[in-house]
Amino acid sequence: MKVLVAVKRVVDYNVKVRAKADGSDVDLANVKMSINPFCEIAVEEAVRLKEKGVATEVVAVSLGEKACQEQIRTALALGADRGIHVETSEELQPLAVAKLLKAVVEQEQPQLVILGKQSIDGDNNQTGQMLGALTGMPQGTFASELVLDGDKANVTREVDGGLQTVSLNLPAIVTTDLRLNEPRYASLPNIMKAKKKPLDVIDAAGLGLDIAPRVKTLKVEPPAERSAGIMVDSVATLVDKLKNEAKVI
Amino acid sequence: MSILVVAEHDNTSINAATLTTVAAANAIGGEITVLVAGSSCATAAEAASNIAGVSKVLVADNAAYANQLAENVGQLVADLGKDYGHILAPATTTGKNVLPRTAALLDVAQISDITAVESADTFKRPIYAGNVIATVQSSDAIKVITVRGTAFDAVAAEGGSAAVEAVEAAVDAGVSSFVGEEVAESDRPDLTAARVVISGGRGMQNGENFKLLEAIADKLDAAIGASRAAVDAGFVPNDLQVGQTGKIVAPDLYIAVGISGAIQHLAGMKDSKVIVAINKDEEAPIFQIADYGLVADLFDAVPELSAAL
Repeated sequence: MKVLVAVKRVVDYNVKVRAKADGSDVDLANVKMSINPFCEIAVEEAVRLKEKGVATEVVAVSLGEKACQEQIRTALALGADRGIHVETSEELQPLAVAKLLKAVVEQEQPQLVILGKQSIDGDNNQTGQMLGALTGMPQGTFASELVLDGDKANVTREVDGGLQTVSLNLPAIVTTDLRLNEPRYASLPNIMKAKKKPLDVIDAAGLGLDIAPRVKTLKVEPPAERSAGIMVDSVATLVDKLKNEAKVI
Repeated sequence: MSILVVAEHDNTSINAATLTTVAAANAIGGEITVLVAGSSCATAAEAASNIAGVSKVLVADNAAYANQLAENVGQLVADLGKDYGHILAPATTTGKNVLPRTAALLDVAQISDITAVESADTFKRPIYAGNVIATVQSSDAIKVITVRGTAFDAVAAEGGSAAVEAVEAAVDAGVSSFVGEEVAESDRPDLTAARVVISGGRGMQNGENFKLLEAIADKLDAAIGASRAAVDAGFVPNDLQVGQTGKIVAPDLYIAVGISGAIQHLAGMKDSKVIVAINKDEEAPIFQIADYGLVADLFDAVPELSAAL
């Protein structure tokens, strides 16, 4: 079976992002960009399915400006077979991404689509669910375990109360949580090989979809500052401060 | 303007997250209808009708909604929600699972995890792990929104007398089914609602050592949390994780033990009123946001703290 994996180019998770002084946007000049960590887990899961002989082909797709081909190459270096880049310079919000991914799903007809549960820039946690709605596919979000069984996918999900398992008819959508797997590092030979793997480019405008942003960012600002704290030298002082200064115990 | 709030419930009672979502609906302003979709959920519907400020309760009682499967509930909410100006749900794993499906079916955006209402179409929400707060304006006819519970004060669970109306429509997409669940049983307060939270990180070294935190939690009626590192290492289950992609907490007192303070963890707890950090590494970033920092070996300090309380 074919597995489609969506990958997003985001600010590296080690970067502490700040708002620009004029509040117009976040300051992303010269910051390191990487594959979204949850997307990396998605690629790893798909590659493991291929290594187990369950998946026959792993296709990695990314959307946006040309630079996101770097993240597709990362996915190819991790073991995906080929890439698709849906190219656009428009700002893409989750609904637009879901619409474009639906077009790719219609073209590729995968049995399984794996996405990260959220991207660490927008923190939206929407795209997989929206793709599910648009394609009519069932979804297993926040997955910590994926077991394929005939024409079903059994997905264990990390939920507020603990773990929940659902059974989905294929084709289905899975969004990854942190415990699904631990992604491998791409080896140098695999990084070299990835450069030769096929990568098709689709012009988003040619798909004729309404991908205009629906939500406008009016301003961005830093969160409320916490006032500076103090260091205490002993447990006794700590307890005293909590009782008599902070009055929380 | 009318607002539909999707209730989070267990078929018999209403989850506290619903009360903070109703508070966000109040801030938007308008007639509030609460939807209780479940199976044998009449008791939950009755509880919803008592929530202060709610005008009407819709009850969709059908086996298809028993486990809140997103394929079924998402469609139901879209069908019912198309006549409303706003559709709100708590930003819990249930709300986050269901509501984007609803938004896509209505061909509108979702605004995730709002922390403030500026006006009926403008909201604040954290992005980049809470390092930036964005003010966003929706141009959609229907605003579909999930609400961060810690950012709003819950409305009273009692005092209302909303009319309860049954919804006949039954949506069963037939593409998914519930297999089972492992729900952690605990006598402690809910992590997201507790007045005091004590969390352990990688420094705890193993799951057994979390007993040290339990002793303090017993004395302070605290919930126990953990950093991602502690969950990944298998010390404690995933439902304890506090952080950007785990649970967001804002208790009166947050005690971080053996947690270095990665930005992803801080995103989940930095709105706590008072933060205490205990860590043997004086360079740990957690000290930068702590109100009270103690550089000490947790295996000395935690038993001592427990004894002093």
